[in-house]
Amino acid sequence: MVRILVAKPGLDGHDRGAKYIARALKDAGYEVIYTGIRQTPESIVVTAIQEDVDFVGLSLLSGAHNELFPKVVELLREKDASDIIVFGGGVIPTEDIPFLKEKGIEAVFTQGTPIKEITDFIEKRLEK
Amino acid sequence: MSEYKTINEKKADWEESTLKKVLDRFPEQQEEFVTGSGHPVERLYLPSGISEEEYIEKIGFPGDYPYTRGVQPTMYRGRFWTMRQYAGFGTAEESNQRYKYLLEQGQTGLSIAFDLPTQIGYDSDDSMSEGEVGKVGVAIDSLKDMEILFEGIPLDKVSTSMTINAPAAVLLAMYIAVAEKQGVTRDKLRGTIQNDILKEYIARGTYIFPPAPSMRLINNIFEFCSKEVPKWNTISISGYHIREAGSTAVQEIAFTIADGIEYVRNAIGVGLDVDSFAGRLSFFFNAHNDLLEEVAKYRAARRIWARVMKEKFNAKKEKSMMMRFHTQTGGSTLTAQQPDNNIVRVTIQTLAAVLGGTQSLHTNSRDEALALPSQESVMIALRTQQIAANESGVTSTIDPLAGSYYIEALTDRIASEAWDYIEKIETMGGMVKAIEKGYAQKEIQDSAYRYQRDVEDGSRIVVGVNKFTVEEEPPKGLLKVDPSLRTVQVEKLAMVKGERDNIAVTASLKALKKGAESEDENLMPLILDAVKKYATLGEISGILREVFGEFQESIVL
Amino acid sequence: MDLVDKVQSGSIRGIARTISLIENNSPQKEDIIDELYPHTGNAMVWGITGPPGAGKSTLVDCLIKRERKQGRRVAVIAIDPSSPYSGGAILGDRTRMQKHSTDEGVYIRSMASRGHLGGVSVATGDAVKILDAAGYDTIIIETIGVGQTEVEIIELCDIVLLVLVPGMGDEIQAMKAGVMEVGDIFVINKKDRDGADRLKTEVEYVLGIKNALTGEEPNPVLLASSKLDEGIDELVEAIHDYLKKAQTTGRFEEKRRDRLEKEVYKIFSSKVHELLNIHLDIENNIGEWISSILNGETAPYKLINSKLNRFVKENRII
Repeated sequence: MVRILVAKPGLDGHDRGAKYIARALKDAGYEVIYTGIRQTPESIVVTAIQEDVDFVGLSLLSGAHNELFPKVVELLREKDASDIIVFGGGVIPTEDIPFLKEKGIEAVFTQGTPIKEITDFIEKRLEK
Repeated sequence: MSEYKTINEKKADWEESTLKKVLDRFPEQQEEFVTGSGHPVERLYLPSGISEEEYIEKIGFPGDYPYTRGVQPTMYRGRFWTMRQYAGFGTAEESNQRYKYLLEQGQTGLSIAFDLPTQIGYDSDDSMSEGEVGKVGVAIDSLKDMEILFEGIPLDKVSTSMTINAPAAVLLAMYIAVAEKQGVTRDKLRGTIQNDILKEYIARGTYIFPPAPSMRLINNIFEFCSKEVPKWNTISISGYHIREAGSTAVQEIAFTIADGIEYVRNAIGVGLDVDSFAGRLSFFFNAHNDLLEEVAKYRAARRIWARVMKEKFNAKKEKSMMMRFHTQTGGSTLTAQQPDNNIVRVTIQTLAAVLGGTQSLHTNSRDEALALPSQESVMIALRTQQIAANESGVTSTIDPLAGSYYIEALTDRIASEAWDYIEKIETMGGMVKAIEKGYAQKEIQDSAYRYQRDVEDGSRIVVGVNKFTVEEEPPKGLLKVDPSLRTVQVEKLAMVKGERDNIAVTASLKALKKGAESEDENLMPLILDAVKKYATLGEISGILREVFGEFQESIVL
Repeated sequence: MDLVDKVQSGSIRGIARTISLIENNSPQKEDIIDELYPHTGNAMVWGITGPPGAGKSTLVDCLIKRERKQGRRVAVIAIDPSSPYSGGAILGDRTRMQKHSTDEGVYIRSMASRGHLGGVSVATGDAVKILDAAGYDTIIIETIGVGQTEVEIIELCDIVLLVLVPGMGDEIQAMKAGVMEVGDIFVINKKDRDGADRLKTEVEYVLGIKNALTGEEPNPVLLASSKLDEGIDELVEAIHDYLKKAQTTGRFEEKRRDRLEKEVYKIFSSKVHELLNIHLDIENNIGEWISSILNGETAPYKLINSKLNRFVKENRII
């Protein structure tokens, strides 16, 4: 069974996207752990490890992604959990995506991405 | 027998003869047509046969109860709406420059966007603020930042709207303090604080304290302002964010009015006279793309609020029954794909707001789905309003769509469905109870989920997203906030803390703590005292957190 | 280091991985559990059950806080239903406990009920053993108290708290569902709400009848508010009193023995089931069997009896 943590780092309360993804991933047959808004990178990483998830999906709309997304990847690495795959979404300018990928965020889904693209990513990544 | 036939009989004839022939050969594009919110739309609307009595009772005249046609007797023939662009980013210095630019461009009011740490009561140096300082608005830590923010802007001349909720009392106190330093007395200040905590629990998420102490702070502000800052709009009861979270048009006004009912009931509960504060309540709605549904929504909302205030709360003053509202075009309708199309969307939404009789308007910039708006985009957005006001002609008569069979039918239907929701929430014991049960959140989420599914399966078309798509170059010239900004802000904060009278600060915070613990003291004067001594937003909010505790969201999925 | 060592050394990753293995019915599962078994039996297992919206997660949050204050290490297993349609699940209970997430003495794990029959209770039982062997002193299992699965989960616990709230019609639901029988301590949560005292009286009344029949001591019924963090100290005291008393009267050992018996029985039946499944190749044969019933050749009991009899004979079991 594939387990996915959908997490909202930072302070923005716009959880429409995160909740949609959580629900859609559930409907796609995954087990989704959702922990609400205002999660620190530290608590996201501990949660990911305790829950033994395969993926962490980060959603952020405030513009703090360049700081907070890489921090999650970094902390996972520190805790010897770099096998957990991190992807992200929200209001992310295209020009930031190469930076985020370089920092270890494997995929970035901007607004309007069909859910199928996300599930395709998950399935493809699982095959590896 | 006479040949006279009623309209409905004629309609049946028409359906049998004229319509059927065409339908057989050319079926309609969809089996069912729905509004932007997913409500069914009939093929054709007919005269409703409304009597004069019913007209007067339900529709009436502009400036008269029940205000369906508008809250002022002359509407835009007298004065256009206030064009108010929500703006703010980075440091107080940068935002100050942007405000001055907007005022020079003919904007008539200021609208301050604060960054998230400010909205949640954290100073820039708090660990929770990491990555967020100055991102979605301006960072305010102390009175010092507020002084810079309004430097060179005479506060007796502009009206200022502040999107601030949980710590609204603190920011209002800072505003008063800056004004007094400029030599402007409190009674001259005009503007609005959002101060609408209920919708934060429902949809927007920048809450701090649990409902009970939050409602107390709101009452404190109502009471303080009714005496000291009489021209200030003490709350902006907001449906905007409820809609952004994915609600329907009906849910937007229903939940907003239910929030309004809760605020009024609470204030009356602590002994305030309804007419002493109700005239300063203002509202804030969204404008989406379904132009006619939106117009009907605004009209229905005014009608319901008037009835609520008159019948439920026995308001006597006309002003207490009038729903005055600000509108912002719908952020969630903007697409990251082909962003220039957003200019067209915003134009339609502008028309909706204006045809719906808004008192002020913010038009979104085309690039908001991508980043903070650039100066050029903000200009186009403001120009959109100016064109609607000066060139479109829709401002020359009042409520020009009234009498459209469709608009009147839609207004009635939205009003009646919203009323059902309001009654349901009342039987639950009011909005606080409904929020605690997760009722409003669940209703909104179900609508949001439905909408998104419709977009995904293509039954709802979003131009450039699921149809008419093109390969695009990534957009250029997006505004970026300098990530080193936090360092600058933290240094500034350290300086303030080093230069202020720290003994006085401690004393004022102690007094605030004591006041917060005693349940009936008005906290506004204590907060005002603390901000004047340069106690920081984080320090003040921290004291209140200690006493009041923090709200814990319940996940509704 | 293999997983068993990791679990025993308290490695969070190791524990988390091992729980996933048993949840996924991995082939290593049996060896792991057997190896860990001798190291179990030290933790106290608390069950928290009650209808949705009763404030269970918030209550667990309060209980974690108290146990941590006493220096005990706490693990929580929060169980939510899987979607019968997609098999997926949304697990959100830990949200209420998230402030403990960075406390190293607290481990929280969300589990979905998943589809397979009785699966979640077996998996939960194994997860408890893993956490027990990892050195957690208190293990709290949170689940929605309706249905057979939940009752099976509850049977894994040394003590069961049944959480009820006024004004939800729970009183009646609870009595109908028979869950009143599983509770050792009854918590009337949200005591600030109207009707809390009345609910308490009603519950005491129903328990009075039950206890009069069984001759047991009356179960504690406590008022609390997990939201306001009130009545929690009294609750925690009652829990520890109950456990202490159960230990002195021997009821505790008796309960654990019962539990082990049930567990062994469950393993036995699932093994037998599995075994026969393989030998009779039900998956491939079932279509044919059904057809033979449908066209009147045989009847359901007759068919199964003949298949089993043949199996027993062929393998010289009898």
